[in-house]
Amino acid sequence: MSGAAPRGMAAIVRDAGLAALIALGVGAPLLGLRTEPVGRGLTLIPRPGLLLSVVAAVFVGRILVGLFMAQRALRRRVISPAPRAMLAPPGFRSWLGRAAGPAMLAFALLLPFMPGIGRYEIDLGTLVLTYVMLGWGLNIVVGLAGLLDLGYVAFYAVGAYSYALLAKHLEIGFWAALPLTGLCSAVWGIILGFPVLRLRGDYLAIVTLAFGEIIRIVLLNWVGLTGGPNGMSGIPRPSFFGLPFSMAGGEGTFAGFFGLEPSPLHRIIFLYYLILALALVTNFVTIRLRRHPIGRAWEALREDEVASRALGLSVVAVKLTAFATGALFGGFAGAFFATRQGFISPESFTFIESALILAIVVLGGMGSQIGVATAAVVMIGGFELFRDLEQFRMLVFGLAMVAIMVWRPRGLVSSREPSVALGARKMVGAEHVAEGRG
Amino acid sequence: MSAAANGAMLAVEDVTTAYGAIVALRGVSLTVGHGEIVTLIGANGAGKSTLMMTICGSPAPREGRVVLEGRDITGWPTHLIMRQGLAHAPEGRRIFPRMTVLENLRMGAEVLNGAHFDQDLEKVCALFPRLKERLGQRGGTLSGGEQQMLAIARALMSRPRLLLLDEPSLGLAPMVVRQIFAAIRDLNRETGLTVLLVEQNAYHALRLAHRGYVLVNGRITMTGTGAELLARPEVRAAYLEGGRA
Repeated sequence: MSGAAPRGMAAIVRDAGLAALIALGVGAPLLGLRTEPVGRGLTLIPRPGLLLSVVAAVFVGRILVGLFMAQRALRRRVISPAPRAMLAPPGFRSWLGRAAGPAMLAFALLLPFMPGIGRYEIDLGTLVLTYVMLGWGLNIVVGLAGLLDLGYVAFYAVGAYSYALLAKHLEIGFWAALPLTGLCSAVWGIILGFPVLRLRGDYLAIVTLAFGEIIRIVLLNWVGLTGGPNGMSGIPRPSFFGLPFSMAGGEGTFAGFFGLEPSPLHRIIFLYYLILALALVTNFVTIRLRRHPIGRAWEALREDEVASRALGLSVVAVKLTAFATGALFGGFAGAFFATRQGFISPESFTFIESALILAIVVLGGMGSQIGVATAAVVMIGGFELFRDLEQFRMLVFGLAMVAIMVWRPRGLVSSREPSVALGARKMVGAEHVAEGRG
Repeated sequence: MSAAANGAMLAVEDVTTAYGAIVALRGVSLTVGHGEIVTLIGANGAGKSTLMMTICGSPAPREGRVVLEGRDITGWPTHLIMRQGLAHAPEGRRIFPRMTVLENLRMGAEVLNGAHFDQDLEKVCALFPRLKERLGQRGGTLSGGEQQMLAIARALMSRPRLLLLDEPSLGLAPMVVRQIFAAIRDLNRETGLTVLLVEQNAYHALRLAHRGYVLVNGRITMTGTGAELLARPEVRAAYLEGGRA
């Protein structure tokens, strides 16, 4: 039946093409031409734009209808759920899965230049992308390696503070400091990793939770270094490869160099693209590592630690690399946070942040990149969307989480794509995996 | 003892293993020669799996030595032991349920960094044709017998010279057990693979094995060829006819 999917797709496209042709034929005289009274007579005004958009809408709509019908037919044909799990999943879903990533990426790339997008929307987009990146970073630890980490915010904090300290005391620029902050966080990831090597599941979660709190409390009390509860302000802003963003304009600034009118929006847009790039790097590295022996070892560890050891994997090395890699990206995100805000304090790194990032990973479907991104958009965007509801916001949020866990207990995107495949890749359904495992 | 150890594939010498205060193995010695199938039979809790785990270094023995191909591997970390031409198909199969069959096999070959993976894949697929049909399927969706085949195939992917099999018949239908045991016999005959097989299913195990050991309460109580042990009244009473020794 899996072989039927591509043939079905061709038929659907053909059908949609036919529908579009009919729409063109019917629409050309009806929509494509408009009569306008000019003087005493009538003139025809062509409206190709309207016609084309209607034809395109018919084409796309017809494809969607076709895919939906094919999907329903496929579902009906398969009676028992057991063989369904063995098949390649229905065409529509995998098509949607393949299209969703590029579509989201295109949207993210174009967002600052879309009509009706102002400073607020770009700021919100930056915030969402920060959480996408944090979600992807934590996904390495929780989703791939299966190590439940409740203190991820610690690495975010280490990144933010190490950037602030490097920039303020040693006057290292953002770009030079970025790798150093990542390194610093990765080292802390390994420091956390060592004591918890022998722990699993709940016990690991408790220790990582404590680690997150320790970092926060140290930041709060080490007044001499971190400013304690007053935080650190005046953290240098990033420059555009050496060109500062300045309202004054003129020589040597971003606006001056490109001959633009100085605008506060430039830096906002730059920050947006900066976090987008950082998030994409996180995603790219994760995807590459999954196909690398290290990534496979992480997944094997998540599945079964004893078996992994029996196959000659060094559990120590596997766990430490997972913690270090996750912490590395948390640190990058922290450095970005510090440079964007210009001010950091321990208040930004409370347990609720760890919980939020973990919720994004779990809701998104552990191990799924696109699921985590979707969950970050929904959760952070949702927070903003329901701002008017005030105290009911948390209620809506809680209900939404309960609803997701009831209907999609393994997260929004619960299937995982094999990292090794012969010939055509098949998505593997998640119907038969015991809930809560992994 | 040492003379035997030098020529043998594997020699376990006077090994005592304990979990905290609980002693699971008391001075156990056994040898497995090159190209042999040796089975270790015993009741629940006799220490069979503990012996397997001790050979793999987790837990390390409290006393005694484990010698693999003349090299003392006592106290080595598990992941290094598992890279010395030894492979383990653990009790309860322990395949990776969310990973596909192919990925499971790939994990087995990780020790070799994926060298001659395609070639080895073909070999295990020839041995277990059922797996070939299921390469793209998730491990967790396989039947019990297929999972056991996968566990053995995964162990074989590291090109071991010695294969440790821990209760491959556990929870399987008699017909599937026969299939799996036939595959082990073929492997041994055709490739000279040395096998140490831990079993509760004493009848099948002793018929398959060249030699056997009987483990009772952490001690080896009997040893002999498979046929000899099968004929012993104590063995028949304890492990074959459901009675007591």
